[in-house]
Amino acid sequence: MQTATKSPLEDLDTEMRAEIRHCLDKWKEKDGNLIMILHEIQNRHGYVPRGASLFLAQETGVAVARIYEVLTFYHYFRLVPPGKHNLTVCNGTACYLKGSGRVLGELERRLGISEGKTTSDRLFHLETVRCIGYCAMAPAMVVDGKAMGKLTTDDVASVVEKIRKREEGESNGQSRN
Amino acid sequence: MDSGGIAAGAEDVVSFFRECGERGEVALPVVRTGSYGYAFADPLVEVKNAAADPPVLYGLVDKAVAARIVEEHIGQGRLINDHIVASRIRGLALDGPTTAILVKDTSQEDGDKTKFLQASILDELKNRDYGDRIQVVRALDMGIYQEGVVVQLLPSCVTYTNVLSRDIARIVDGCGPSGAVLNDLLHSRPDTQVRIVLRNCGKMDPESLNAAIAHGGYEGLVRAFTDGKPEAVIETIQASGLRGRGGAGFPTGLKWKLTRASEADHRFVICNADEGDPGAFMDRSILEGDPHAVLEGLILAAYAIGADKGFFYIRAEYPLAVKRVELALTQAREHGLLGRDILGSGWNFDAEVRLGAGAFVCGEETALIASIEGRRGSPEPRPPYPSVSGLWGKPTCINNVETLAAVPWIVAHGADAYARYGTGESKGTKVFAVTGKVRNSQLVEVPMGTPVREIIYDICGGMQDNLDLKGVQTGGPSGGIIPESRLDTPVAYESLQALGSIMGSGGMLAMNENDCMVDVVSFYLKFCVDESCGKCAPCRIGGYQMLQLLLKIGRGRGSLEDLEQIERICKTMQCASLCGLGQTAPNPVLSTLRFFKEEYLAYIEGGASYARKRKRALSEGKSLKEAG
Ligand SMILES: Cc1cc2nc3c(=O)[nH]c(=O)nc-3n(C[C@H](O)[C@H](O)[C@H](O)COP(=O)(O)O)c2cc1C
Ligand code: SF4
Ligand code: FES
Repeated sequence: MQTATKSPLEDLDTEMRAEIRHCLDKWKEKDGNLIMILHEIQNRHGYVPRGASLFLAQETGVAVARIYEVLTFYHYFRLVPPGKHNLTVCNGTACYLKGSGRVLGELERRLGISEGKTTSDRLFHLETVRCIGYCAMAPAMVVDGKAMGKLTTDDVASVVEKIRKREEGESNGQSRN
Repeated sequence: MDSGGIAAGAEDVVSFFRECGERGEVALPVVRTGSYGYAFADPLVEVKNAAADPPVLYGLVDKAVAARIVEEHIGQGRLINDHIVASRIRGLALDGPTTAILVKDTSQEDGDKTKFLQASILDELKNRDYGDRIQVVRALDMGIYQEGVVVQLLPSCVTYTNVLSRDIARIVDGCGPSGAVLNDLLHSRPDTQVRIVLRNCGKMDPESLNAAIAHGGYEGLVRAFTDGKPEAVIETIQASGLRGRGGAGFPTGLKWKLTRASEADHRFVICNADEGDPGAFMDRSILEGDPHAVLEGLILAAYAIGADKGFFYIRAEYPLAVKRVELALTQAREHGLLGRDILGSGWNFDAEVRLGAGAFVCGEETALIASIEGRRGSPEPRPPYPSVSGLWGKPTCINNVETLAAVPWIVAHGADAYARYGTGESKGTKVFAVTGKVRNSQLVEVPMGTPVREIIYDICGGMQDNLDLKGVQTGGPSGGIIPESRLDTPVAYESLQALGSIMGSGGMLAMNENDCMVDVVSFYLKFCVDESCGKCAPCRIGGYQMLQLLLKIGRGRGSLEDLEQIERICKTMQCASLCGLGQTAPNPVLSTLRFFKEEYLAYIEGGASYARKRKRALSEGKSLKEAG
């Protein structure tokens, strides 16, 4: 079979290769290191690129299928890059009881995407998480690493609009330059 | 500050104080601590002005309040209104002149009454020329609820409840040099809470080994080494009656004994910090507030069973806990508490952190082991139990964070000191994360046997917005719901089990009259279906089918046969599932069918129009009546 596109492995830049080798060195003495290595890759890039998995398989001799078995089993690992702004709505029990459904619904409507998806302009990524330990302030969400509590639908609407405005301002500013 | 506090803005406040310190405006050291547990008032700041002054705890501190603390409290010695979280100490004697009076109306309709009383007391003080010596300050929280106006005198912490205008003169009399305590108003009942596991949380810098040692850290370990044999540690833990706090409640001492008894060249200990119950944060708070206590517990467990290697398996969603545990490990290693020849005992042990990756089932022992081994976290049939064949086939002891945090205290203070608390089958204390529709969501630690009602009403201030309590959920997705009528049930393994719930890891969720049991149960079951690893059919298929039936009922399209079918599936899942997830997933369903069947029937009888109405009411957070 002939493919016109390059394999993600060929695409992998030398920097990433060096990074993964470094990571392997650090963990090679330890048993059961695969998950920790994947964590490091995701920490660095926000997701685990396909090329990285292929390279990891090549270097360690672990089957790609086994790496993907692990990657897909655990919710924490992402296979696609996150958006520029990440909105994580808590859907733990306390937040659910206090109306996280309303918060999520409002965001889905405003962004036009469902939970777990990224907007087509890659500006927003929307996901849910189970309990961020902010239950006393339920319902809660995390916006680009910063937590907010006691949310109303108005609050989340204004969060989205604020980010949009700022982004528009930036891109206008850039195009004028 | 813990993650909850940081989410509430604690970082900003800390840096503000630090900046003030650098500018020379504050001469006091700024110390970060873990969470004291008063999540409802995050972020919290404790101010200790001079050695002689009692510490004052402020809640809901943002930058503006921090600025006032610096200027008014630290600068001029004036306390700040509406932010003080009063001491839970209930003083019984006036040991010296009163310097401040805290007031707070603790009935739900808290309005101008506090201000009115404050003004009246001030007037009365002025009449006696005490006006400039004694401050009168409105408190944020008194730790006492539904007891009318509560007044606390500082520094004695003498506390009066149900104070009326006519009592003011007498109270002010008592503030004088020869004042006496007013016994008819005195609140003398000591705080229900007993802090063993949370002993240091919120009181010290969790990132400092010195602070931990100054607060009694590693005393247990030293004691264990000087007292002699590992078997002695096991005996102490067995005698204390400590049972696993991760959910199943297996006796900890016995687990250690069994693991020690397995012949092997290596043994492992694992701290289970995967805290899966969505909406519970006990383990996180402990790891963030006192990581050295958990580490000391792990070292003691390892010493007792003869392990040479340990792991902390922590959720990746808890980055601050991970950071603080890693720091604790490094510090312990540097000071000879980990590594070779620990404290000159000739015994070697080391530990490291492994991260979870967002799979609830990995809290289950065999799945957790698979995950540490770098595989997907599918449970395995037991036996063999991990105590015989666990991590890499070696005997392995897995304990929960809270279990391990209790261990050093027990070893240092003796089994009897611990067993003094609790009931016949359940000894010691238990930490709960109380959330939901209560007034003050928070972390509490109470002796086993404390009635649920006391936790909800006396400690957490009862229900929010004066609504009626409908039920209290314990044990998360594996637990059940305790109805209002059974609220006097003591928290203990045996009594909760008898109600079809479980103690669980310590999540406690209060629901009010507007909450819908069918909806909440569907939420829990959906969680279990999402988290099922899919290895065995009863859980994978049974859970899914049951959820479909529940959703059907929730749309008003269900029938009585569906309820019967649900019960059948529940029984099958309980008996035939491979691991605890599938075995316990039916618990919320069965417990609500037992205590709240009428809610299911309302959906079945009311049909689609009822379901729509209910849904609207829920989405607007209203009662069925209000939604029309
Ligand atoms: C599905 C499932 C999830 C669990 N999650 C946790 C957890 O998050 N934390 C925990 O300590 N124990 C959890 N457990 C219980 C553990 O399997 C185990 O019993 C416990 O860690 C043993 O420690 P302990 O004896 O100190 O309680 C879970 C069990 C099951 C079946
Ligand atoms: S009961 Fe559920 S989670 Fe447990 S092994 Fe079976 S399918 Fe997996
Ligand atoms: S349930 Fe949402 S923060 Fe805990």
